[in-house]
Amino acid sequence: MAIFLNKDSKVIVQGMTGATGMKHTKLMLADGTNIVGGVNPRKAGTSVDIDGTEIPVFGTVAEAMEKTGANVSVLFVPPAFAKAAVVEAIDAEIPLAVVITEGIAVHDSAAFYAYAVAQGNKTRIIGPNCPGLITPGQSNAGIIPGDITKPGRIGLVSKSGTLTYQMMYELRDIGFSSAVGIGGDPVIGTTHIDALAAFEADPDTDLIVMIGEIGGDAEERAADFIKANVTKPVVGYVAGFTAPEGKTMGHAGAIVSGSSGTAAAKKEALEAAGVKVGKTPTETAKLAREILAG
Amino acid sequence: MDLFEYQARDLFAKHGVPVLAGEVIDTPEAAREATERLGGKSVVKAQVKVGGRGKAGGVKLAATPDEAVARATDILGMDIKGHTVHKVMIAETAPEILEEYYVSFLLDRTNRTFLSIASVEGGMEIEEVAATRPEAVAKTPIDANEGVTPEKAREIVEAAKFPAEVADQIAGILVTLWDTFIKEDALLVEVNPLAKVASGDVIALDGKVSLDENAEFRQPGHEELVDHAAANPLEAAAKAKNLNYVKLDGEVGIIGNGAGLVMSTLDVVAYAGENHGGVKPANFLDIGGGASAAVMANGLEIILGDPDVKSVFVNVFGGITACDEVANGIVQALQLLADKGEEVTKPLVVRLDGNNAELGRQILSDANHPLVQRVDTMDGAADKAAELAAAK
Repeated sequence: MAIFLNKDSKVIVQGMTGATGMKHTKLMLADGTNIVGGVNPRKAGTSVDIDGTEIPVFGTVAEAMEKTGANVSVLFVPPAFAKAAVVEAIDAEIPLAVVITEGIAVHDSAAFYAYAVAQGNKTRIIGPNCPGLITPGQSNAGIIPGDITKPGRIGLVSKSGTLTYQMMYELRDIGFSSAVGIGGDPVIGTTHIDALAAFEADPDTDLIVMIGEIGGDAEERAADFIKANVTKPVVGYVAGFTAPEGKTMGHAGAIVSGSSGTAAAKKEALEAAGVKVGKTPTETAKLAREILAG
Repeated sequence: MDLFEYQARDLFAKHGVPVLAGEVIDTPEAAREATERLGGKSVVKAQVKVGGRGKAGGVKLAATPDEAVARATDILGMDIKGHTVHKVMIAETAPEILEEYYVSFLLDRTNRTFLSIASVEGGMEIEEVAATRPEAVAKTPIDANEGVTPEKAREIVEAAKFPAEVADQIAGILVTLWDTFIKEDALLVEVNPLAKVASGDVIALDGKVSLDENAEFRQPGHEELVDHAAANPLEAAAKAKNLNYVKLDGEVGIIGNGAGLVMSTLDVVAYAGENHGGVKPANFLDIGGGASAAVMANGLEIILGDPDVKSVFVNVFGGITACDEVANGIVQALQLLADKGEEVTKPLVVRLDGNNAELGRQILSDANHPLVQRVDTMDGAADKAAELAAAK
């Protein structure tokens, strides 16, 4: 089952013909992803040979969907053009748009998120500035390395890409149903809560690992959601205990302003909701192991 | 990026928000001419990116050009909550203020939209008003694609219960302030106080603007708003090399890939430091996804150049980044520094996992550099780096 992405997902890549798009299309194919096309208006009608697989290039998302039945788009479009590309995906009503692009202006993210809502939320957006999501053994939509771990029964949702990889590596022997990198920008399409709800409903997930970081109040709200709605065990990790106030720590959203958004406040909120929170990624993995071992 | 008041004032003026005349200076003597240009009297305002400067004595009236020089002498160099005053704004004196209001537009992360905040009770106590009497502060969500139309501005004015005699003026100001917010790619535009003066006019007397650095590609003018004077020299050197670096006050230099992993590394080192004399991380440095050997070498050069650093922890989980590239970068950087005749004495602890980790570890083993140690777990490596820093 998994969440958001499975072996039946038909994936197109917006920005496939660029260097980054090509590199990761190749990697996604190697992980078994069913990539059915690329989108580039200037190269419509051509095709690209990737390790012996012919991938057709379409002029628009709508055309790619019509010709291939695609239901997922992964976007590697540069920041200046990302808003238009996401809006195009929303207009085509593709069910899932995974925005990998880093460095999108917040006004653009806010605009395409508002547009998705105004169009009736027919398109789930993951990202921007995220590694995408993987359902090991079935499909990989984004840049998460496919060889870290195997299929299993842990669900993972994380703001951070490399912490996603680290946690998948720590628990590689147990394996994951799906791992979703939601991104660390101030405005993101899919939140911790959306992923928690999906994992709660997913019969293939027994335990959920949730990774957060300083900034905003998403973890606090996730804690409230867990308390009210999640029956499966949740293990948490929060990065940024030592981050000073007012300094941006790499992710545009990772900034502590005043007393809000601190790692300590997030940890406290999660623990109050019954989530076991690890001090380090390794300790977090250990907590997950202990719960799964009963 | 947070702006100084004078920069905010300039952006407001550019987009039609009514402001008083003013110019920024950085020597006391310049206060004389600036005040003369304003007709002989002025307000001397410290330019610092922190609140509460009025209470700290950073805003003074000057009745004559001589007095302006004296006040500027007092204020320049003053310390306000840890911020040294390097510039003052010489501003037109405000006409008699009858009322002080508050208006702002900002990003509302929680609801993933924009928000207007407005209150008839502006001024220095606005935060207390918001905390104790939230009903006196009107919050109105703004659709990112619809923006602030004259109708929306009217809605905000009504929600905040601005008096009828200023309603039209404030609605107009809200539209121009929204223009500033959108056209400058701001994360926050705030006017406090928005003052009603004796003539009946409403004027922005003080303001804050914070800009989105991700929008720099379409905001070429924002580059010159950067306060280079305030940047730490190491931060400036790192920025020149396109490195994502923040200087902190500890002893263990940190290099990692990915913002989340690096933040986590800082925490893990701080925990390990509790067992080693309280050593702490000296910096945040994210070399990013897919970093090449050259990027690694640049990063290492910055860290080794920090006199506070006693040991270095390189923590990489190779996702897109290949660990052999990272290992090559470390070896190259050490060679480069040796070639320059710079003696490297700081020990490096390196933990590599993920993409091509075995290759990377092999490269380090083969190089067999006396200062480089491999520790293959994150917690173990953090402990070793903290121990080495404490031993120095």
